[in-house]
Order: sequence, then C-alpha cells, then structure tokens
Amino acid sequence: MSDHQAAFIYSDAFLNYKFREDHPFNQQRVVLTYELLKASKALDDNQIIFPRMATDEEIKLIHHPKYVDAVKKASSGQLSKEQGMHYGIGTEDTPMFEGMHEASAQMVGGTLTAVDAVMEGNVKHAVNLGGGLHHGFKGKASGFCIYNDAAIAIQYIRKKYDLKVLYIDTDAHHGDGVQWAFYDDPKVCTFSIHETGRYLFPGTGNVNERGQNEGFGYSFNLPIDAFTEDESFLEVYTSALQEVTDYFKPDVIVSQNGADAHAYDPLTHLCCSMEIFEEIPKLAHRLAHEYCDGKWIALGGGGYDIWRVVPRAWAQLWNVANLDGETLQGDLPKDWVEKWQPDSPVTLPQSWQDLGRVYKEIPRKSEITEKNQITLGKSLEIIRNEQKHLL
Amino acid sequence: MIVEEVMTKEVVTLSPTDKIESALKLLNEHRIRHITITDDANRVVGIVSDRDIRDAAPSILAADQNMEILENPIKSIMSSPVITAHPLDFIEDIASIFYEHEIACVPVTLDNKLVGIVTEKDILYTLIQVTGIREQSSQIEIRVENKIGVLPKIAQIISDRNTNISSVFLYPARDNQSEKIIVLRIQTMNPMPIIDELKNQGYNVIWPNLPGFE
Repeated sequence: MSDHQAAFIYSDAFLNYKFREDHPFNQQRVVLTYELLKASKALDDNQIIFPRMATDEEIKLIHHPKYVDAVKKASSGQLSKEQGMHYGIGTEDTPMFEGMHEASAQMVGGTLTAVDAVMEGNVKHAVNLGGGLHHGFKGKASGFCIYNDAAIAIQYIRKKYDLKVLYIDTDAHHGDGVQWAFYDDPKVCTFSIHETGRYLFPGTGNVNERGQNEGFGYSFNLPIDAFTEDESFLEVYTSALQEVTDYFKPDVIVSQNGADAHAYDPLTHLCCSMEIFEEIPKLAHRLAHEYCDGKWIALGGGGYDIWRVVPRAWAQLWNVANLDGETLQGDLPKDWVEKWQPDSPVTLPQSWQDLGRVYKEIPRKSEITEKNQITLGKSLEIIRNEQKHLL
Repeated sequence: MIVEEVMTKEVVTLSPTDKIESALKLLNEHRIRHITITDDANRVVGIVSDRDIRDAAPSILAADQNMEILENPIKSIMSSPVITAHPLDFIEDIASIFYEHEIACVPVTLDNKLVGIVTEKDILYTLIQVTGIREQSSQIEIRVENKIGVLPKIAQIISDRNTNISSVFLYPARDNQSEKIIVLRIQTMNPMPIIDELKNQGYNVIWPNLPGFE
C-alpha cells in the first residue's frame, strides 16, 4: 500500500443502497466507474480497500439516536408510514427499504475507511464514490440521503485528530446537511458551489448563509445561475476556492464530487461538460498538496446520468488522485463501451472528453456570466474586506 | 396576515417638548429611522424621521456649526397629523399605504393609544418569509388558464406522487389577462416525474426556463 499515493474504497455492497428500481439515485454508477477504471488499467487491485461498516456510535457523531433507531426499524419493516414521515423516511425521495440501515452504515463505513487510510498515513488521497450523501440532516433523511457520511467523517476527523477541515461541495445541489452540521464550528469551513436554490432543491445555499456564532465566516456559498456553462463555472469556482483555502488554511480536505452539473443531468439546469469534472479534482488535489501535505478524502454524491456522465467524471476524479493531478485523454476502452452499451438507454460516449458542445447554444450567456461574477463578489465579501483592512 | 402579527411592540417615543438633540441620540442608539411623538396620554401626535432631523441639523460642512438648533423642541420639526394603522389592518394595506404616501413607517394605534409600529423592513421581511424557503424543496412554475378548478387538479397530480407542497403562490400573467402563473415549492429533490405528468396532462410548465429561452 505504501507505494501508492491513493486508495480506492470499493465493494459490491454499495449496490445495496437501493430505494427502488426506477429511483434516480442508482449506485450502479459506482460499478460502472469501477469497471471503466479496470478496463482502462487505471486501478490496481492492491489500491482497493474493502470498506468497513460504521458503528452506531460513529453514526451518532452526527445523527440523533432516535433517528438512527427509526432507520433501523424501517430497515426491518417495523416503522409505520406515519412514524417514517417524521424522519423523512418513506417519502418519494427516500423510500423505506429492507436493510436500509445496513446499506447506509456501509456507505458511512466506506467514507470512514477513506479517512482512516489518509489519516494513518498509508496514502495521501482516498476516494469513496459510494459516499457524499450531503443532504442528510441530524434527525431527518432527505434528498436521497439517509446518513450523512460526509458530515460524520468530518466530525470523526475533528474528534479523533483535531484538524481543521475544509469541505468542498461541487454537487449541483447545495450541500445543506454538511453546512448546517458545522454552521457554528470555526474549525470546519464549508464551501458549496451549486445551481441557485431559487428553483432547485433544497432551496438554500444563498451567499448570506455565512455561519453563526463562532462559526460565522466559515460557511461559503456560491449559488450560480441555471444554464451556467464551463467557462463561467470554472472562472468563479477557481477564484472562490483558491481564496477560501488561502483564508482558512485547512489541515485536510474532504470533497463531495456530485457529478450532476453536466448538461446531460436530468435533475439540474447547469450546462457544463466533462471539462469541469477534470478541473474540479485537479484544483482540490493541488490545494491538498499546497496546504494539507496531500491529505484529501474525495467522495461521490449526486449524478443522475449514470451512463454518459458519472462513470467518466468519477473515473477522472480517481485518475487525478492516482496520477498526481493528471487525467486520461482520448478514447474510452472499447471493452467497457461494448460491455455496457446493451444495458444503456442512451448511446455511450466514446472518449473521455466531450467532443463538441453537448447542448444547444445558451441565449443569455453573457448576462449569466456577469451575474455569476457578481455572486462571486458577494460570496467572498468577508474575505476580501478583511484583506482590504490588512493592506 | 394582520398588522399585530408583524408589528414591533416596543416603540421608541419622545414627547413634543423634548429637544431635537435627544431624537438624534435615540436614532443612533437604536439604529432606527423614525421616532413616534406621543403626548402624556400615549396618543400619537407626530412623527420624526431621520431625514427631518438631518434637514434641521447644521451642515457638517459648515465651518461655523450652529449647534443651538438642536436645542429646539421636536414639535418644531415633527410631521403631523400622522398616518396610523390599526392592529387588525392587513399587511397588504400597509404596503399600499407605504406605496401611495411614499412613507416607510406607520405607528399602530388602538383606542387612540400607541401600541406598536410597522416599518418597510417588517413588510419586506414578511414578504421574504412568504415567498422564501422554509423546507428543503424544489420550485416549479406553471402557466395556466384562469378558470375554476385548475389548482386542485395540479395539487392532485402532486399528491398522487406522495409529495408534500411546501408553499404556493399564484398571480395573474402580466401579458395575458386570461392566464395565471402558479408557483409551487414541493418537497422533493426529483420534480421531474411531476413535471412530466403535468406536461402530459397539457399543463405549460414554464420553469425550468428563462425569458429569452425556447
């Protein structure tokens, strides 16, 4: 293990986190990513770590005991519909299913396995694509998320290692569960870029959500406009994250890498291409080396075009972690395309990059770009004002 | 929503014979823009805004500051009579008063006694609450014909999908009197099946979209 920079947390058991057949949250995408990496010879078996289960005690680092009990009951079919509603379980988004506690504890365990691998110094970076369930609240399931593995992992790092944690969330939806969990904690800085919540779930993530009490100034949000494209996304994202990191100076980075900001994604309205899914991990990787001696735990998250977008996006995330900041170029392995094309309702891509524009021209591009720049300024107001005082 | 639900009950007041200087002090102390002037029986007899006081105060640019002006009684600069509201008035009426009279604050009186104050800020706060996000939810907007029974049909489509509605508002389309826009926040991360079903049933779902887009 010590020869390697990075660890890949993986088990077929991730597939057990399954709400129902036609639910948009489909962990088949983790398998597709794994298979793509194997076919590309980009992942060695000795880089893979089998995830452990999370203990109840670990889950309760974030979640309320009564909520954990409710999930356990639902897991064995003993929770009534009415009781479930109180905890956000049994809704259209997070239906009850047999074994849901175990499946969720396994995902949390995967993220904790990633943390352990990095914190014990075996690897610099660890990737758990099964995790990143950022909408889970202390006492409530929501937005496809039961246990909030990202929040649990951060609290675990805080308790066990007492390090300053930077949480980076590039899912197209606001990382609300993690933000609220650490809203008054100055040792955890949360940064989320997402499509504006004016229309998109969950609705929060405005620039004025800056944290409270001691945690004021350690919660950053960059809500960008619907129909934002690569250029504008990367412009505001890069500036914001660089400035936030310079300001916070983290000891370790935890990133949530939702892959739903792509134009193909059916749930969101951003218009990005594969390019951002190369640049996002590259920046996290660079900042981890600049500030954290490389300590970077990368998680999955949303991503609902599980055929054309998620496998490539997440494979590139792994490549960046594994290849010291590099991504793969050119054609995808034919074996992979041929193996999965019969199962896919859409034509699978042939190459790592999107060739040409994958969406119609956006009519009000310059106005959207301008609006995002203004939002960037508001988001970083506190940091920029502080720097003005220093000058 | 009525005035007594949103008004501030602790009102900063002065008497007409107090000096302008004390009004200036109170404005700065409480970071407010209006002081209600009451008599001994707590009846509203006037109102003073920060602008009234600034108009009366010596210019900061003048070399020779005539500070004696601040010694004058408030009644010399206060506005009177005062437009007031009743605790049972609707907040929409207060918004109309602000708009029509171009003012930003009304004292609230009951039985001729001062019981509260409502400012522009209170009204805006209420508006933010009404149109805002209180629960994790997605927003959809639908352009519908202005006729009986449309809203329950739409609500049915949503409840058939086991989805809770977090808020609703409805307003006439600007460009067409015979149409209305319904804005709904629904508690789901995946509104697509509901949007598809609405479209299937012939509804014009206008979001996700922007003016200028097809």
